Amino acid sequence: MSYLDTTGRVFDIQRYSIHDGPGIRTIVFLKGCVLRCRWCCNPESQEYRIQTMKVAGVDKTIGRDVTVREMIEEVEQDRPYYYRSGGGMTLSGGECLCQPDFTADLLRAAKEHGINTAIESMACASWDTIEKILPWLDLYLMDIKHMNGDKHKEFTGRDNALMLENARKVALSGQTKLVIRVPVIPTFNDSVEEIQAIARFASSLPGVKKIHLLPYHRLGQDKYDGLGRDYLMKEILPPTAEHMDTLKKAVHAVCALDCQIGG
Amino acid sequence: METFHIIDLPKTERITKLIDDLFANMPVIESARAKLVTESYKETESEPIIIRRAKAFAHICRHIPITIRDGELIVGSSTLAPRGCQTYPEYSYEWLEAEFDTVATRAADPFYIAEETKAELREADKYWKGKTTSELATSYMAPEAVRAIEHNIFTTGNYYYNGIGHVCVKYWEMLEIGCEGIVAKAKAELETVHVGDGDYAKKSRFLEAVIISCQAVEEYALRYADLAREMAAKCPDPVRKQELLKIAANCSRVPAKGATSFYEACQSFWFVQQLLQLESSGHSISPGRFDQYMYPYYKKDLEAGKITPEAAQELIDCIWVKLNDLNKCRDGASAEGFAGYSLFQNLIAGGQNSDGEDATNDLSFMCIQAAKHVHLPQPSFSVRVWNGSPHEFLIKAAELTRTGLGQPAYYNDEVIIPALQNRGLSLEEARNYCIIGCVEPQTPGKTDGWHDAAFFNMCRPLELVFSSGYDKGELVGIETPDVTKMKTFEEFCDAYKQQMDYCISLMVNADNAIDMAHAERCPLPFESCLVDDCMKRGKSLQEGGAIYNFTGPQGFGVANIADAFYAVKTLVFEQKKFTMQELKEALAWNYGKGLDEQSAADLTTTILKKAQAAGEKVDEHTAAVVLTTVINTQLSPEKKARYEEIHSLIEAAPKFGNNIPEVDALAREMAYYYTKPVQNYKNPRGGQFQAGLYPVSANVPLGAQTGATPDGRYAHTPVADGVSPSAGRDVKGPTAAASSVAKLDHFIVSNGTLFNQKFHPSALSGREGLEKFVSLIRGYFDQKGMHVQFNVVSRETLLDAQAHPENYKQLVVRVAGYSALFTTLSRSLQDDIINRTEQGF
Repeated sequence: MSYLDTTGRVFDIQRYSIHDGPGIRTIVFLKGCVLRCRWCCNPESQEYRIQTMKVAGVDKTIGRDVTVREMIEEVEQDRPYYYRSGGGMTLSGGECLCQPDFTADLLRAAKEHGINTAIESMACASWDTIEKILPWLDLYLMDIKHMNGDKHKEFTGRDNALMLENARKVALSGQTKLVIRVPVIPTFNDSVEEIQAIARFASSLPGVKKIHLLPYHRLGQDKYDGLGRDYLMKEILPPTAEHMDTLKKAVHAVCALDCQIGG
Repeated sequence: METFHIIDLPKTERITKLIDDLFANMPVIESARAKLVTESYKETESEPIIIRRAKAFAHICRHIPITIRDGELIVGSSTLAPRGCQTYPEYSYEWLEAEFDTVATRAADPFYIAEETKAELREADKYWKGKTTSELATSYMAPEAVRAIEHNIFTTGNYYYNGIGHVCVKYWEMLEIGCEGIVAKAKAELETVHVGDGDYAKKSRFLEAVIISCQAVEEYALRYADLAREMAAKCPDPVRKQELLKIAANCSRVPAKGATSFYEACQSFWFVQQLLQLESSGHSISPGRFDQYMYPYYKKDLEAGKITPEAAQELIDCIWVKLNDLNKCRDGASAEGFAGYSLFQNLIAGGQNSDGEDATNDLSFMCIQAAKHVHLPQPSFSVRVWNGSPHEFLIKAAELTRTGLGQPAYYNDEVIIPALQNRGLSLEEARNYCIIGCVEPQTPGKTDGWHDAAFFNMCRPLELVFSSGYDKGELVGIETPDVTKMKTFEEFCDAYKQQMDYCISLMVNADNAIDMAHAERCPLPFESCLVDDCMKRGKSLQEGGAIYNFTGPQGFGVANIADAFYAVKTLVFEQKKFTMQELKEALAWNYGKGLDEQSAADLTTTILKKAQAAGEKVDEHTAAVVLTTVINTQLSPEKKARYEEIHSLIEAAPKFGNNIPEVDALAREMAYYYTKPVQNYKNPRGGQFQAGLYPVSANVPLGAQTGATPDGRYAHTPVADGVSPSAGRDVKGPTAAASSVAKLDHFIVSNGTLFNQKFHPSALSGREGLEKFVSLIRGYFDQKGMHVQFNVVSRETLLDAQAHPENYKQLVVRVAGYSALFTTLSRSLQDDIINRTEQGF
């Protein structure tokens, strides 16, 4: 069996994505996640099983099984735009490392077709898994949500030790470009001190030059209703532009990383 | 490599004030020109038409009231009131008289008209009965072509009722040698005409007409010089006094003589631009490659220290404002099709020179800046893009796009140059192309393109397939076989091809009749002397004096036809989800929505005509009975449910605009049904027909005359604009839509294609947003798309502007190949723009 026949489960494809990696990109959203972040804007991504979600009152099936070959054909369609913009394919989720074989083979297929690759991931997987994808990966957009393990566990369901360790290993491997992304979530990590702690850690990783602060948004709220789930963050307002600016300055105060708001 | 001096030059207060003054009031119709042209015509009845035209133009130039508006640096106004319009009874006048009482209150492009003006126009109009181009055109048309127009298969309204325009003249020649130089050329040419020559009469009279016209232009400018001097004498403000004296000096010199400075070149350019429109009622008189022919004057002055970039920018801004000062009143129906008071004066920057090198210069950037400063619909500002276009130029253009002005439109050299070569232009001429009007390419100064010659609704011949050629009980198309008995998709395609071929031939007939009428009744000596090779050939543009003569009628509805044929192919013939009989009924019943008023009236006419044909007596009473029966006919719940089901099946079928190979391939094929037959025809000027695929804004009013179509489109709703996917049917984002559109054959559509995309402002935020946006355009052009334009305005903004127009007086949106003030558009066109698929992220 060719690696192109490996199957995986995806729930969305977004073309002309301009916020997740360089240039014009196609994002493939993989189903399944190890974390259960309270603010998650893609709650339909969390479970691996195929689900039904109500969208504007109509039942919609979330998740379909595809082969790498099928997927790469779809990704190929925007090649002229990748070529002109330096863009390519980004795998997102969920956590794409939950489907390690599919992720590795899809990244490989993209590279073999000359398409730039990126993943958006928390690095919450065994090092073996991560090591396998690195040869096919141009850019790792790695989420680091908090430096305090307990608080991390409280809000996401898992401790952060493995992820921080993997972050360092990815950086040391030198095999891919690494950018650190921080979802800025009020009541969780939006204080100057918390953001600065992450920034210090990020700047200690060899080769890391950029950190993105992604302001919390509530665009996923309707999906919770659609899945029949409670949205636990109803009362939380997105951070103001002024506050985001304060945090950006705070990052610059403790490190030399290039900090940008938004992806 | 050329380096550019890109400075964001400031907008001066003068410009703000000029704009405020321009838009202070509703535009007004004035009668001066109509009175003058009539006076002159009455005195020249025994003379050759070309001389009569020249004398009438001269009479207008000598006597039309003139004005210099407060703060103007560039002068020359066709009306006393800002943004006013004159009338052109020699083309048509009856529609205006009929609309005297509604023109001020109509939805699209209202004009104020005073009672006194009405009386004066009525008086002048008396002379024109039987003498207009439109009346002559009708008498040249075949009866079946007239019938097809009556049945809305196509419309030729543009040139049927108005002048042609649609030209880019040799502005550069006027800047260089002035009217005196042109007169000298005409005189030299006259010397070569021998009294014994067979064409002596034609040629000598034409050249004399050129001389009369050019001298009239000189006199017109001198009137402004006098007025400026008079105003200066009375002006208490010393600064303005100096400005007026400078204006007087400029107008004393140009356009009589060649320009010696950038300022003079600007003034000379403007007189040409304005007077071309005063000579005829044509629109889309396009400045073309302004950044190219103006650049030598700018460069010279700059190097000599005679001008600063700031001063030059202000002059360019003044020209931009003046381009909005010209206006045109169209009949109510045409106003819907060309909504937004647009004159489509297309001005294009960037691109290659005739040697194939990039020609972008500092003025190209300053044109972008002017559009930003002025933020008005005119000129229709465009940029040329090719592989060698400077990245910074495109980024600046994208910045302008981001302002939401709907400008610039982006054109692809890599497609347009070979497309024009395919029409017989030399490589050098093709490289030097400019854009006319909406999206129509031509080589400037050598072409009479007759672009925009008709609107051809590709959905109407498809309706004729379902009715075997009949419309409202009359045979309008070809009697093709009963659609319900067709066994194969090929039979269906063949019937459509027959209807298309026939309807296209009728459209050609109508266009050529109109063409003849213009040659006979309204040749234009001033315009003609600025287009090669009229002077050498000794005949006007209208009589075939140009080197390149085209007729470019535009089709629209490609997306509807592609989706319709895909649905019929897969759902009827392959999957057999419903029969042709069911589809025919579903269409007649508007997919279960029932008959609206218009459909009921049409059906009644059909029934009555059939009854008449069968020898039955039909009177008002029977008509009333039939109508009542039609209106009261109820659709059974089962049928209604079935038709709705058919609609859902069609809705679920793949659609054009999503980068689906089979659908896109069919769209390419279906576009050929229009573009290929068109190019087989010849026009009376010795040129060829060439197709365009763009709608101006006619997809809305002409869609309102079209029943339900097999792509799931409901009756009387808009048809797809240009080559864009149907509104809301492209669901895979801008890259997929662009790739689908690029799969059409744009090379054959040498009269232009039009692709609209709408973006939410957030998609262009930051430098990164601009970079990616430029890459999208580049990616589309790499795949050989011809043109793309963007509306960058949020849906919420547009809805709010509909609700509170008073707050959005200057909100400009992209309509089709042009931008217009949103609040001046009719409600249905506003809705159409709001409903275009928005690419937001």
